[in-house]
Amino acid sequence: MSTVTDTPAQNTYRAGPDEQGHFGLYGGRFVAETLMPLILELEQAYADAQADPSFQAELDALLAHYAGRPSPLYFAERLTEHLGGAKIYFKRDELNHTGSHKINNCLGQIQLARRMGRTRIIAETGAGQHGVAVATVAARFGLPCVIYMGATDIERQRPNVFRMKLLGAEVKAVTSGSGTLKDAMNDALRDWIANVHDTFYIIGTVAGPHPYPAMVRNFQSVIGKETREQMMEREGRLPDTLVACIGGGSNAMGLFHDFLDDPSVTIYGVEAGGHGIDVENGHAASMTGGKPGVLHGNRTYLLQDDDGQILEGHSISAGLDYPGVGPEHSWLKDSGRVTYVSVTDKEALTAFQLCTKLEGIIPALEPSHALAYVTKLAPTLPSDNLLVMNMCGRGDKDIFAVAEHLHMEM
Amino acid sequence: MTRIDKKFADLKSQGRAGLVTFITGGDPDYDTSLAILKALPGAGADIIEIGMPFSDPMADGPAIQASSLRALNAGQTMKKTLSMVREFRTKDDTTPIVLMGYYNPIYVYPVDRFVADAVEAGADGLIVVDLPPEEDEELRPAATAAGMNVIRLATPTTDAKRLPAVLSNTSGFVYYVSIAGITGTAAPDIDSVAAHVGRIKANTSLPIAVGFGVKTEDQVSAFARIAEGVVVGSALVSALAQSLDGEGKATEATKPELLGLVKRLSSVLRHPAETVAV
Repeated sequence: MSTVTDTPAQNTYRAGPDEQGHFGLYGGRFVAETLMPLILELEQAYADAQADPSFQAELDALLAHYAGRPSPLYFAERLTEHLGGAKIYFKRDELNHTGSHKINNCLGQIQLARRMGRTRIIAETGAGQHGVAVATVAARFGLPCVIYMGATDIERQRPNVFRMKLLGAEVKAVTSGSGTLKDAMNDALRDWIANVHDTFYIIGTVAGPHPYPAMVRNFQSVIGKETREQMMEREGRLPDTLVACIGGGSNAMGLFHDFLDDPSVTIYGVEAGGHGIDVENGHAASMTGGKPGVLHGNRTYLLQDDDGQILEGHSISAGLDYPGVGPEHSWLKDSGRVTYVSVTDKEALTAFQLCTKLEGIIPALEPSHALAYVTKLAPTLPSDNLLVMNMCGRGDKDIFAVAEHLHMEM
Repeated sequence: MTRIDKKFADLKSQGRAGLVTFITGGDPDYDTSLAILKALPGAGADIIEIGMPFSDPMADGPAIQASSLRALNAGQTMKKTLSMVREFRTKDDTTPIVLMGYYNPIYVYPVDRFVADAVEAGADGLIVVDLPPEEDEELRPAATAAGMNVIRLATPTTDAKRLPAVLSNTSGFVYYVSIAGITGTAAPDIDSVAAHVGRIKANTSLPIAVGFGVKTEDQVSAFARIAEGVVVGSALVSALAQSLDGEGKATEATKPELLGLVKRLSSVLRHPAETVAV
């Protein structure tokens, strides 16, 4: 058993993963033999695509003209005044086509699927944001697509289920286990194992077997690269503080990665604390309330019991309700480069309302967690501290759930 | 020589293939599962695979998933699965036992203590579905050094380039997964299985057991002609599930139905004169 938690050999936090897909102790390729040759083929195809300038050029064009990038870096003036501390900016990834950052990754992966000659797309989804983005790119490129979604999540994210169906996707309800994101991922993996010859699995977050964590991070890192340029343009210097919510962790890795080697930038990842981190199985904070284990192809922090059985977790946000987290986050936690914290359902709901009223922006429940932490952090920082929060999704999909939680009539 | 090696040598001298039976440890409850385990050799099981239940068995189909959850809901843990092996060994010192499952419960046990406890309990082999050759350095050397066979899976997607790496550190036998799919969902194609098994045989002298999707006496009989062992898993687990009451609890019929199926499947591998009695 590996027990050493690596700190980076060189003076960089951006070199990972190694050739075997490990970020220190974390990551790797813990999959059934049936999938192993497929994972290796995908790794090779992705390396070839990275070496081909036309791949990135086509992707850049799609990001600009189809997804609407770059997304704005917006100064949240009234929230800043209200909190009285750090100068708060939102990276507006909720303005992307489909309403979240998920489209960045889906455009990249579907381009890769087409290069590999795959003719069928599968994906898992929690909140439905990734499912909608996959259904969108599948429609755009004329490929049939099957989205696995937990039956529980289908109930709490009905608008997104309908969007996926309109886009032509087949939404398969997953009833095994707790009927949430982890079970949807199990069923997507089972589909892949049974249909290896023609199917491409578009994983939605920076987790799963290598090369997914690095590949999804790379497709999402456009968020951080834009943020750097935009902040230099606006303020003439780098941001001081970054804040993003963490479920699997793709929007956070996307924002963080470009800044990992800038020591002046303090970085916070915000996990879903659900009913509270001390409530057993009542939260989805794998890093602040879990321990290392192996699930879904990688080693990472997991919510699990003493016997190694995976716990279901809980969050008000279906997009954060996952018992694991991307392996690079686990490594960044152990190395101390990123500080991981959690906020509760209740705090996220309060932040959701605050942002809606002060800024005229309805955030998704996922970034509402990041916002909730900003409301605690910003007042403790000086007024010249430049803080960027990733507004990674819009809240239209959540209004029904929020109405229910706040006991409001629609 | 492990019990597995001895068993395959013995089967070879008898001139027949062996029946490898899979049950999930603790399904539907500890006592029923242990009673079935103890009776399996008498019903004709040559080698026994015991599934170590896991909450997220992603390479398994609905039957084995449900079976794992039944066991976990009834309170099964890794310690209890090992204790089943220990109790079995008090009466049977020859039938090989292979523990099969996923890595996480072993990893958190943790690995060194798991290997020691499994050997002490009397387990002979280990199959860890989500630990391919690329990742098994952290378990295989320790298990092999402690005298266990670490059995690797070869699949229809394991190509010629990859096969030697898969076979390089395996021992006991090679488990050929007869379909590119999850357990128990599709019927394997005998010609394609024969071709793959032939390719594996050209690369190893180890016995080969074929499994995934084997349900009927005809399939057992067909695979017995091309491999040294035939694994039956989902079919047994499904038979057990069908014998349970509305709340998923064992009934009078559970043990006899499961053992009856094992007896029927094993009888096709044996000469008429040595048909086993239950």
